[in-house]
Amino acid sequence: MKDTDIKRLLYAHLLCIFSIILSIFIPSFFLENFSILETHLTWLCICSVFVTAVNLVLYLVGKPNTSSKRSSLSYKVTRLLKCCIYFLMSCFSFHVIFVLYGAPLTELVLETFSLAVLLSTFTTVPCLCLLGPNFKAWLRVFSRNGATSIWENSLQITTISSFVGTWLGAFPIPLDWGRPWQEWPISCTLGATFGYMAGLVISPLWIYWNRKELTYKNN
Amino acid sequence: MRLGSGAFAACCVVIEVLGVALFLRGFFPAPICFSSRTENEAEPPAPEPSSGASSNWTKLPPPLFSKIVIVLIDGLRDDFVFGSKGVKFMPYTTYLVEKGPSHSFVAEAKPPTVTMPRIKALMTGSLPGFIDVVRNLNSPTLLEDSVISRARAAGKRIVFYGDETWVKLFPKHFVEYDGTTSFFVSDYTEVDDNVTRHLDKVLKRRDWDMLILHYLGLDHIGHISGPSSPLIGHKLSEMDGVLMKVHTSLLSEERETLVPNLLVLCADHGMAETGGHGASSPEEVNTPLVLISSAFGRKHGDIRHPKRVQQTDLAATLSIGLGLPIPENSVGSLLFPVVEGKPMREQLRFLHLNTVQLSKLLQENVPSYKKDPGFEQFKVSERLHGNWIRLYLEESSSEVLFNLGSKLRRQYLDALRTLSLSLSRQMAQYDVYSMVVGTVVVLEVLTLLLLSVPQALSSKAELDVPLLSPVFSLLFYLVLLVLSALHVIVCTSAGSRCYLCSLSWPAAGGVMVLISTLLCAVTSALAKTLARGKLLSQTPAHPISRWSELDLLILLGTVGHVLSLGASSFVEEEHQTWYFLINTLCLALCHEVYRSCFLGDDCGPQHCLHAEEEPEGATPALQAKRADCNVLELDAVSKGPSSVEVPRGCERWMVLASPWLVLTCCRLLRSLNQTGVQWAHRPDLGHWLTSSDHKAELSVLAALSLIMIFVLVQRRCSPASKVAMAFGLLGVYCYRAAIGNVLFPWQQDNKDISKGITEARFVYVFVLGILFTGTKDLLKSQVITTDSAARTLGLWEVYSGLVLLAALLFRPHNLPVLVLSLLVQAILTTFIWRPLRHDAAEITVMHYWFGQAFFYFQGNSNSITTVDISAGFVGLDTYMEIPAVFLTAFATYAGPVLWASHLVNFLSSETNSSSALSHACFCYALVCSFPVSAYIILVTSLRYHLFIWSVFSPKLLYEGMHLLVTAAVCVFFTAMDRTNTKS
Ligand SMILES: [Zn+2]
Ligand SMILES: [Zn+2]
Repeated sequence: MKDTDIKRLLYAHLLCIFSIILSIFIPSFFLENFSILETHLTWLCICSVFVTAVNLVLYLVGKPNTSSKRSSLSYKVTRLLKCCIYFLMSCFSFHVIFVLYGAPLTELVLETFSLAVLLSTFTTVPCLCLLGPNFKAWLRVFSRNGATSIWENSLQITTISSFVGTWLGAFPIPLDWGRPWQEWPISCTLGATFGYMAGLVISPLWIYWNRKELTYKNN
Repeated sequence: MRLGSGAFAACCVVIEVLGVALFLRGFFPAPICFSSRTENEAEPPAPEPSSGASSNWTKLPPPLFSKIVIVLIDGLRDDFVFGSKGVKFMPYTTYLVEKGPSHSFVAEAKPPTVTMPRIKALMTGSLPGFIDVVRNLNSPTLLEDSVISRARAAGKRIVFYGDETWVKLFPKHFVEYDGTTSFFVSDYTEVDDNVTRHLDKVLKRRDWDMLILHYLGLDHIGHISGPSSPLIGHKLSEMDGVLMKVHTSLLSEERETLVPNLLVLCADHGMAETGGHGASSPEEVNTPLVLISSAFGRKHGDIRHPKRVQQTDLAATLSIGLGLPIPENSVGSLLFPVVEGKPMREQLRFLHLNTVQLSKLLQENVPSYKKDPGFEQFKVSERLHGNWIRLYLEESSSEVLFNLGSKLRRQYLDALRTLSLSLSRQMAQYDVYSMVVGTVVVLEVLTLLLLSVPQALSSKAELDVPLLSPVFSLLFYLVLLVLSALHVIVCTSAGSRCYLCSLSWPAAGGVMVLISTLLCAVTSALAKTLARGKLLSQTPAHPISRWSELDLLILLGTVGHVLSLGASSFVEEEHQTWYFLINTLCLALCHEVYRSCFLGDDCGPQHCLHAEEEPEGATPALQAKRADCNVLELDAVSKGPSSVEVPRGCERWMVLASPWLVLTCCRLLRSLNQTGVQWAHRPDLGHWLTSSDHKAELSVLAALSLIMIFVLVQRRCSPASKVAMAFGLLGVYCYRAAIGNVLFPWQQDNKDISKGITEARFVYVFVLGILFTGTKDLLKSQVITTDSAARTLGLWEVYSGLVLLAALLFRPHNLPVLVLSLLVQAILTTFIWRPLRHDAAEITVMHYWFGQAFFYFQGNSNSITTVDISAGFVGLDTYMEIPAVFLTAFATYAGPVLWASHLVNFLSSETNSSSALSHACFCYALVCSFPVSAYIILVTSLRYHLFIWSVFSPKLLYEGMHLLVTAAVCVFFTAMDRTNTKS
């Protein structure tokens, strides 16, 4: 286990956190009346775009999974298309899962869908960057001990903490406090964001802490 | 003594039921009353206060009204009279309210908003205890002091027509009565015609002083089709007509006698948006109260916002109006506008009488009454009153008298309000001793269960229960001695208010023996566990426990649910918790299925990354659970090949699709019945189906559901019970058609609605037949043959008998719940549990979770409003307590019961391990008693919470009932287990 790897991971994650913080502060310079709670959808879109952009940049710069065996253009294009399809699919399936969990079917469709997009940004986009459009690889990474590098390990942690954050974010909804952030889907998006950020912070620390025990089959 | 773990668990749950019953007895306080006096001998009324000894007005003031007519309309909500509906459908009443000589109020009913306690509150002015809900259906005679008994003692003649509850409460008080039974909720014309038919005669006769009419029809319409049904309008117009008839007759009489009469329009409780009542939503609590009399001046006030008063205020007002003493337990205050037209001296006299009565009640019930602000205000006012009387008798100038008088009047009214409020607060007096004893029993049982987890879930499924040795141990006698001493001390100091002290000595001694035995058993189990722990730590090759994600989810879900019970919103919306949990469970199963399908087996040895992720909250429960899973998994590993067979082809697709199918079913059911509080008003499929415009759709759905039930159940039945099932389900449809819920295709409009007794009894015959066949098969498999096929068949027949009974009792729009429950069970059994080979503990907990979710899918909630009492009267001619209670309980808990009996079926047919059933029984008992015990402690600590009566208490009743059902289920499990081990 090289410490430089962990350092790179830490910097990458700090960049992601920084992008989320930027998405909160930058738009208020350009847009009037911008606030997270009132213009929630706008913030969701901006946050998704920022996080996606940072992830793509990190992928292009860092290329942690260097598999440039076939670098023909057509291969790249199909890969890109596949990634897009995967992303859309994940958005739709998250939407379906939210509806199954009890989100209203006909009302607030846009809100539900933007939550799905945000959650996809936090989970599917890093997966696509790291693993590519390969469903079996995903399943492998997300079963127990499927990770084969610290990048995959941190992916595991951030993804799971985003899910757990969204899951926990649903809890305040039935409470009768009458706060604006209790409305669907604000508490869930906030939960997802906090979960993602917590995952970003925790995973380098956790990997650093457990660097002795972590032994990968392929490393 | 060696016991099977199933039998052990059943015993534990039964003891726990006793503990919970004791706790409930202590928690629901007896209503506040005069404890000292049993019979109310004629106590002289309080004389008028005076500072000189000059006033001698010691008699009660004369009656204000010669006749009083009370028109009580069951379930009349305030907006039915004061809102737009009132304007539209009750023109005469609206006229009286707006322009006539009347006073209108919004009277607030206290929960439980159920008929009998509300009638008591109206007539006695006291606040009946919460436990009256349970006795609502079977009301004993009211011994308390009430307006009715006072009126009768004063020789007034009272006539009553309407709800039979009154006749049960006041059996000898009416000179003439006709009670109508309120139990056939589906009938809403005949109940009211039975009242109105007497009206002409009795109004003409005029030989009575008080007439009470209780109309039930409106409430019944609410129960059938909700407050927005078009039937409501018709009924309101009918009631308006009744009111007009009574009022004109009273007016014509007044013209002859020149004495004013009083007409009271009131309601016992309102109607929730769903049509029921019992809880504390504003719709259920707010009732109209209109007093009409020519003695009142015509006024032009705004009727948009009638004054808010308490329902209990009526009793005091009626007593004053009839010139009677105020009932001694009344906590209400006089409705002042009624006496506003009287001379100042009389007004003050009435207020004084009321304040004296309230302060007496306060003295009886509060030891430190002298510090109460209301009492102080009362003393000050009384002194001022005396001065005022002196001035009055000295014939001072009328202006001075008036000014002083109105100031005094204001003070009296303040004192009344304060006294009334502090008396209402006194309601929450708990019998802490019984509560503590009940809690101790429950906690001891829970500890015993937790400590015996490793032993009970071992492959032998047997455990040593040290019963004999503790009985002879020193500890036992010491504890017993201490407890008895405590008991004597508590009882001599607390007086007779506590339930345990009022028990006979042998019974109380039995409780003490039980507690000390349990304590000894817990101690010896603890010692054994510690010894074993030492032994295990000495052997170094202790395997590290390996948890699947599913185990983690199950544990976290159970703990999370228990913790959520501490927040009132989560109690109100508990269905959301369960829906959330089973959705997550389905997704976890989905993950597991996909992994096993795509990646094959991954049960190989692991490195211990994930062991560290487990929460380190080292509560005993966690550790015990961990140990049990440890044992279980070792068990599973040794049992058979750990690889999971991956199905091929079409079946593989079904396996992959099955979690999503289950999720879709749950989502459909979720939109069928909106329950809870916050979102209960949302439109749902159930309301759409039950509205009278969609009867055809409901009929088609009911028919399809019944066919689906047959298809799903018959696949494992014997031919005879197949036929019986088919006839039974046909009978169910006929029953629903007979009582007018659904239509036959050849029927255009159901004019002839009957009670459907014949049809329902026809179905009961088949239910009993199927149950009998099933039991016979079970006995045969136990006694004669040793084949397990007969046993499986018998179990399935018992199960299908229960399904048929549920189909009969469920409302037609709930039949899809039954179908989807059967469907989900079939899907999970075939495609998930069988291939993935979960162990018995996991399957039990999953069954429990689904059972809970289906409890709420049926439309139940944690408020009493949603209990469907009409299920208790299916096929019964008159009210019979035991069958009615049994049927209502079964209909309410059908979800959990059906899932539990499916669990027995699944385990006895799918696994060949002999210990599976006792493991399941043990887990079921544990997973049910955990929330109950935690909830009891929570409720005890929250007993002064604002929502204790509206939110937490109904949930406590539900938990108690659920534990009783669990005990029945566990006994059934154990019986099945016995037959298993013998065969
Ligand atoms: Zn009622
Ligand atoms: Zn009712």
